[in-house]
Amino acid sequence: MTENKTENKTENTALSRRELLAAGGALVVSFGMPATSKAEIKTGSFAAYIVGPTAQDTELDSWLAIHPNNTATLLFGRAEFGQGTVTGMMQIAAEELDLDLSQVTAAKLDTAVTRNQGNQVSSSSIEGAAPSLRSAAAEARRALLKLAAERLNAPEDALRVTGGVVTAANRPDVKITYGELIGDKRFSLKVTGNAPEKPVSSYRVVGTRVPRIDIPDKMRGTYEYLQHVRVPGMLHGRVVRPQGQAALASGVKIKSIDESSIANIPGVQLVRKGRFVGVVAADEWSAVKASRALKVEWDIPQALPGRARLHDKLRASKTTDRTVHESGDVNAAMAGAPFTVQASFKGPYESHAPFAPNCAVADVRTDSADVYSATQRLFWLRDALARVLKLAPDKVRVRYVESSGTFGHSGYDDAATAAAIMSQAVGKPVRVQFSRSDEHGWDNYGPAHVCDVRAAAGADGKLLGFEYHGWQHGWNFVVEPSEDLALDVPVPPPVLPPAAGVNNLTAGGVYAIPNRKVISHGVNGLEGWLKGSFLRSPLDLSISFASEQVIDELAWRAKLDPVAFRRKNVTDPRWHGVLDAVLAASKWQPRVAGERRDGDVVKGTGVALGTHFTSYGAALAEIEVNRKTGAIRVLHVYGALDPGLVVNPLSVEQQVEGQMIQATSRMLHEEVDFDPAGVTSTDWASYPILRFEEAPAVTALVVSRPDQASTGAGEEVLAATGAAIANAFFDATGVRMRERPLRPERVLAALKAG
Amino acid sequence: MARYTLSVNDRSAEVEAADDTPLLYVLMNALGLKGPRFGCGLAQCGSCSVLINGVETRSCVTPVSELRGKSIVTLEGLAAHYAREKKLAQAPDIHPLQQAFIDENAPQCGYCYNGMLVKGAELLSRHADPGEDVIRREMNGHLCRCGTYPRIIKAVQRAARAIRDTASRG
Repeated sequence: MTENKTENKTENTALSRRELLAAGGALVVSFGMPATSKAEIKTGSFAAYIVGPTAQDTELDSWLAIHPNNTATLLFGRAEFGQGTVTGMMQIAAEELDLDLSQVTAAKLDTAVTRNQGNQVSSSSIEGAAPSLRSAAAEARRALLKLAAERLNAPEDALRVTGGVVTAANRPDVKITYGELIGDKRFSLKVTGNAPEKPVSSYRVVGTRVPRIDIPDKMRGTYEYLQHVRVPGMLHGRVVRPQGQAALASGVKIKSIDESSIANIPGVQLVRKGRFVGVVAADEWSAVKASRALKVEWDIPQALPGRARLHDKLRASKTTDRTVHESGDVNAAMAGAPFTVQASFKGPYESHAPFAPNCAVADVRTDSADVYSATQRLFWLRDALARVLKLAPDKVRVRYVESSGTFGHSGYDDAATAAAIMSQAVGKPVRVQFSRSDEHGWDNYGPAHVCDVRAAAGADGKLLGFEYHGWQHGWNFVVEPSEDLALDVPVPPPVLPPAAGVNNLTAGGVYAIPNRKVISHGVNGLEGWLKGSFLRSPLDLSISFASEQVIDELAWRAKLDPVAFRRKNVTDPRWHGVLDAVLAASKWQPRVAGERRDGDVVKGTGVALGTHFTSYGAALAEIEVNRKTGAIRVLHVYGALDPGLVVNPLSVEQQVEGQMIQATSRMLHEEVDFDPAGVTSTDWASYPILRFEEAPAVTALVVSRPDQASTGAGEEVLAATGAAIANAFFDATGVRMRERPLRPERVLAALKAG
Repeated sequence: MARYTLSVNDRSAEVEAADDTPLLYVLMNALGLKGPRFGCGLAQCGSCSVLINGVETRSCVTPVSELRGKSIVTLEGLAAHYAREKKLAQAPDIHPLQQAFIDENAPQCGYCYNGMLVKGAELLSRHADPGEDVIRREMNGHLCRCGTYPRIIKAVQRAARAIRDTASRG
């Protein structure tokens, strides 16, 4: 399959709403899950995750309601994780309705109330889910103006709206509010998609630095997180499992349970269903104690490769190969090229490690279920719970309540499934709070990766060829551990959407390279692997760690400044734009990297480009390496993001900052440890993340392009930041790191090997 | 089970709990407070922090039986605690650090901010003008997964300025 990067970009961003909906509707409604499809692979975007239109989605009243007090409630299907999506969606609707932001409220996500806008993944909300909301808001405005024209006896084109107050031109005394026009009555109209939407040039709410609406309550301590939810008659549940998960599918088994081990803790009930074990008590601490005290003898298969043999096993596994990209002839390009590089790189399993372990409250009755969860996929969870509980999906209600940032598929669905299983067993509402080791030890880990890369450049510094072979397994995100343990369902083979394979854009796809080949070697992640799923910018850190270091190494071999080298090889002006932003802010001085530096503590600077599926990211990192201890200190990261039209610069800046810090954490520290029996990194000591004393200074740079459609802003600077740190390491030491994270022992070994 | 009388945010609270119950579960469940929250249960992250006799303490590993006669202040009581400490005639609506976090748009998910507020308030009661190094060192035991450390540092300094301004106005 041949594709051109620029075209690909256009394809991603120019998909019409109808196309988005059509693509997703076919996939998700049919299968209830994002399956792989030709269309999805072709676009390489998240289009397949957008669901709809359902019959309800075409009804304007399904999207919003106008109240008598001239406020509006929005019913869109995207949640707040602390990333600003809800504030951004509200800005977009307020803009189109000509309401002030203060007049707009977002309904809490609830399968019984709000729209099904698909799984909230790949930072897709503003690009993928907002257009439907905008379209509905425009439809409402058109309908309201029609009503106003009748009531005010004025032509529609003579009407003006400010803050939901409609006035007739030249008749300032004549006015009526939206609330008076329709307050709490139904529109009973279809969303046609042809109501005129505002031109960007007239925006007054979109594009402004609106502070996120959730911040004040969060700081006052009045915000209700999921962990705060209590329902009448509720009991506290805890799961009882081996401390870290064992190999998927091979399955842990119970040899024996000694119920007498918890007999001294009053009021505790044991829940056992298949291999699922839990304890339930009215008092939370009793449940915690019982979960620790219950003696379960597990039969644990020794089926994992362990961390030491992980990458060898990936390479040795039988694979399903996919040509992600092929253009020209890489062999011919490599032969005779003046500058060539060939290297292999390794990336670890990584944990989502949400700051708050997942939690859920489930009230399962004989004929219905009501569940509170922080899932990123409300309707998916509803259907999964219906399957586990043997109820019809419309008898299961799932309500979203925010937990801590989770950055992908952590244990939220598993916690909800565990709560549902326990509630069904004891006949009362049950709240399940995962322990730290439940969360760290039973995560759906970001899959490990190993790759071979080779590339060539000409004497003029133009890239001639690039070839990337990556090995990884896919995402086992269909069945959660609780369901697997309780029902002994055969774990289905992992779904391998493009995001679980090699990302074409990250594997050299941002550069104009005439001869390029990208092969994704998909390992069957079923037997003898950890459970994998999507983790913020899936695999991109590992892929860019390889590809952007190879690009950097070619620049060095060609004795060119790494920025100048990149500039020669990107054609889209938007890449130049983000490079310009980081260079100006950091006062970059052009030079060849890796000049000899003396001393135990050496400094270096590195640059990289990156993205996920959409938007343009660049980063520049200044680091310090202690050659004696192997410790790396990242001093300052400059990160630039161009996500097209920026809905809220403040939110995007926060996202870019968070990405720079999180990428630094993942680059320096994060690595799941495991032995043949199971995961051993089950807390913050064994799975360290970046701390205050190590946090770099960050400079977030947002490049807004009002003439371009809005695209994602939550993931696209991670890969660039990680690779910039790796390139800075070379600049500081003259040595290339081939495996991440850059932990001190690995750094010392690399420095010793030279 | 035993009965305990605890002083929480200047109020006396009667609770019934097993001796080894960590304070966190009492604050969350018996008293329904939203500030202190579960993060690890291992005193590794700072999610559950409270002030005990003015000192930041991890409530997830502090048994309720050790708290007789001690003053417990949670996020909910920080503003009143601050007013008492500074001998203000009236407690502000919220602690200056809460306001500074709002003004700096610091949090993302905000879950770890209970600890950031409690530790930050404790730090501010000891340091009138904390430098960045002091803040990093003092706060190092508090984790943030969203990556908001830089804004927290700025906000602590902003709050310190606000507190100094209040003091100089007398």
